[in-house]
Amino acid sequence: MALIDKHSVIERNATLLLIFALIVVSIGGIVEIAPLFYLQNTIEKVEGMRPYTPLELTGRDIYIREGCYVCHSQMIRPMRDEVERYGHYSLAAESMYDHPFQWGSKRTGPDLARVGGRYSDDWHVDHLTNPQSVVPESVMPKYGFLKRQLIDGKYIEDLMKTHRIVGVPYTDEMIENAKADFAAQADPDSDYDGLIERYGDKVQVRNFDGQPGISEMDALIAYLQMLGTLVDFSTFTPDASR
Amino acid sequence: MTKAPKKQKKEVKTTGHSWDGIEELNNPLPRWWLWTFYGCIVFALVYMAAYPAIPLLKEATPGFLGWSTRQDVAKDIKKFDDANKALEEKLVATDLTQVSEDAELYHYATSAGAAVFRTWCIQCHGSGGQGAKGFPNLLDDDWLWGGDVETIYTTVTHGIRSSADDDTRTGEMPAWADVLEPDETKSVIEYVLKLSGQDADQQLAEAGAIVFEDNCAACHGDDGTGDRDLGAPNLTDAIWLYGGDRATITETVTKGRHGVMPNWNARLNDADIRSVTLYVHQLGGGE
Repeated sequence: MALIDKHSVIERNATLLLIFALIVVSIGGIVEIAPLFYLQNTIEKVEGMRPYTPLELTGRDIYIREGCYVCHSQMIRPMRDEVERYGHYSLAAESMYDHPFQWGSKRTGPDLARVGGRYSDDWHVDHLTNPQSVVPESVMPKYGFLKRQLIDGKYIEDLMKTHRIVGVPYTDEMIENAKADFAAQADPDSDYDGLIERYGDKVQVRNFDGQPGISEMDALIAYLQMLGTLVDFSTFTPDASR
Repeated sequence: MTKAPKKQKKEVKTTGHSWDGIEELNNPLPRWWLWTFYGCIVFALVYMAAYPAIPLLKEATPGFLGWSTRQDVAKDIKKFDDANKALEEKLVATDLTQVSEDAELYHYATSAGAAVFRTWCIQCHGSGGQGAKGFPNLLDDDWLWGGDVETIYTTVTHGIRSSADDDTRTGEMPAWADVLEPDETKSVIEYVLKLSGQDADQQLAEAGAIVFEDNCAACHGDDGTGDRDLGAPNLTDAIWLYGGDRATITETVTKGRHGVMPNWNARLNDADIRSVTLYVHQLGGGE
């Protein structure tokens, strides 16, 4: 009982108690968190992922700014009802360029992890402007003002540089051409070959909100329309050990 | 002076700690608590052996139950797929026009179709199929592309103006503001109003008839009754996709319309598409 009697030493010394508590919590943290960085079945790679284009990244910022995540998650859980309703369950690698990620299970609105291509651009404009005009049962607020707020990608280079610091592989070339790519994606008449070359041929180039100029609505719809479209699940074989 | 605290009835040893005369009793832990605690430890050990738990060099210990969320969900889905397999295979093999003759199969298809419709279609077409501005009503007998089962099947499969499918339906209602003179636009709008039996400026409508014949009749037909091969709507009835008032028709003519329906072959399997086709067909307007 000699060692157990020593606890009175810790109890009487606040600094010592703090140090030992820190050590215990650290061990717990290391054992639980550190393996996630090297275990083969937790760092599953998946083909098709690419960083967001400048316009999509701006749309993502608007999504976060407007608090869309308060009602909408982007994580389809591996359960039958969710897979039947939303599509293939989400993979961790699908949010590898998300800072911050949009996981969650509180769904006042439906999950949006695979909303890309599910509705037309027109529907998104109508729905964001007045959700009840297309879904009378909806409790979503109106976001019509996004259409009126024109943007020019003033800070897009800084935004991409920031994302590069936290690990998104934006190349110098991508950052150099950020403003041009930003404008090109919302204008189908522009010369967008460079954009496709840098971000791959799955990039959708359209006038998303159907009105002249680049509005926040353009950026948000560009983001929504690419969600969940990058990974081709017809060629994906899930690793069963998860 | 305060009285000294009364001694407890049962003599309990103290831990020997004493601060300002306050002593700490050394009561034993309640038995129920202690046994729950030991029970939790045993449970944790069994749980660690049964489920993936301890991280090793390459992966965590898998656990003797071989549990995995992915297998669980795959199994769960397979269970329902297997239960429906016979009917689904029969549905895919049966000609769409013949399904209604097999009562059991037809019942299955329309019920499954209703579920598919509620999951994927109601956001645009409404929970009752009543549609919304720009998204067609599926309850009436007015169809842009045709309302027999085969045609509905093609529409659902490949979508309308869907950029992701090369076989998608395409029809072009261009922005006529780029083509017509402003007074031509104005007169043709009056003609369209007249066609649908609404109040129109007769003089302008007369001039508009010529503009219509030169520009619009190619798709909408000489009499304005539309052409289903091109998805051109009938302009002589009172059914409007975007609206039939002067302001909306003006918007439609000047800016054009390009409604999009996604190609559902990318998300739904053939049995689902056939089911929802049959469901939509029996909603009221099926031909």
